[in-house]
Amino acid sequence: MKYAFSFLAVIALILIAGLGSQVPGMQYLFGVAIPYLAMMLFVGGFVYRVTQWAKSPVPFSIPTTCGQGASLDFIKQDKLDCPTKTSEVVARMFLEIFLFRSLFRNTKADIYDGPKITYESSKWLWLFGLLFHYSFLLIVIRHMRLFVDPIPSWLSAIESVDSMLQIGAPTLYLSSVTLLLGLLLLFGRRLVNRHVRYISLNNDYFPLVLIFAIGVTGILMRYFLRTNIDIINIKNLATGLVTFSPVINVKIGTIFYIHLFLVSTLLAYFPFSKLMHMGGVFMSPTRNMANDSRAKRHINPWNDPTIKPHSYAGYEDEFREFMVDAGIPVEKELSATKDEA
Amino acid sequence: MYNKGTIIPGLIIFVLFVTFPIWFNGLKAATVPKPELPPGGEKKCVESVEYMRANHMQLLNEWRDNVLRDGNRTVVTVDGKDYRKGLQLACMQCHSNKEKFCDSCHTYAAVKPYCWDCHLSPKEAVSKEETH
Repeated sequence: MKYAFSFLAVIALILIAGLGSQVPGMQYLFGVAIPYLAMMLFVGGFVYRVTQWAKSPVPFSIPTTCGQGASLDFIKQDKLDCPTKTSEVVARMFLEIFLFRSLFRNTKADIYDGPKITYESSKWLWLFGLLFHYSFLLIVIRHMRLFVDPIPSWLSAIESVDSMLQIGAPTLYLSSVTLLLGLLLLFGRRLVNRHVRYISLNNDYFPLVLIFAIGVTGILMRYFLRTNIDIINIKNLATGLVTFSPVINVKIGTIFYIHLFLVSTLLAYFPFSKLMHMGGVFMSPTRNMANDSRAKRHINPWNDPTIKPHSYAGYEDEFREFMVDAGIPVEKELSATKDEA
Repeated sequence: MYNKGTIIPGLIIFVLFVTFPIWFNGLKAATVPKPELPPGGEKKCVESVEYMRANHMQLLNEWRDNVLRDGNRTVVTVDGKDYRKGLQLACMQCHSNKEKFCDSCHTYAAVKPYCWDCHLSPKEAVSKEETH
């Protein structure tokens, strides 16, 4: 029942916005003050987290290697899974960030009668993860039509493609459907798959439920609860927000304030949660380092520069007498050094 | 801070992305469109102003389905006035200027209704008649 708390939290947020925005004068709090605060927390928190990561030293060269490393000429190197050059690291990072390549592997172990163990790549996480993330990106991009004026043609083009099936009026966006579909599987996976269920925590469930609620309120607002949802008034508020001259002089439906409040919550929560994988994927040393530790020495940044390297020869020079006394074999005999002296 | 050379440009790109509408608009608030009221001076529509502003597309879609898919051309009577179901038959009779009425808001909100794939605006209808 770990996920119950996430549902309760989101229901509480919906009630706060739904009831709060009905109080006269509170529209400015929910429509202007909270969105500004959330955006400041989002950008400030994101930059803060990335800077903190950037300040942390990487003591060892720790790229994950999943293929044949660079070796003798006649042994073929797996350039994507064991990169040695920056260009290969960039290619690997590109595939990771844009196509979630490591999830494509996602090996899953199963035990059958026999007993027999099998390892199989489970592609569902990869497929629905991809579906969810790209739908979300598309949704964020097409919301820009409410913030900019005049609207650039590429933005209209994205919107036309997204509503190309021309279902209903206003036309149904395909990304709305795929977003909810992706979220349902990502959430269902945490309930059905025993291993994942065991390690799932509230901070895994909460963002899924929150984003699901954002999607549902958006869909309700666009297609069903249209009372006082006049896009002109909403765009007027949205462009007002980004030009720092927001005005609310008309009544806007409650569902809009709920949607906006949930989005504000997501923005404010983002930098302090696992959602920071958005920045973290770029900062992960196991992905962004080249496996060239044999060709190039990795200097640990927290090494004390006053401590000089101490070779074995130097060590033996320092302790030779004691070693001979204790019967430890030495490379240079004691007598030989005395003769030289 | 390590790897300043890549992390600082990366953060700048991130901030530029999320603040896109701010610098794209250049702090100039857009003027809110004011759709032209019927030139003939009609004051009544089939529904209230608030309803029409929010729901006209759903009403039109319903009418389209009624007429074209179900063959139901029942006349809508509001306050003793008859309206035939149709964009050109009803709406454009009063709101005769598509460019100043429909387009003013649709352009502002980047909505491209596909009404005009089949329908002609009154202006286009006149020019078509002249050429034939």
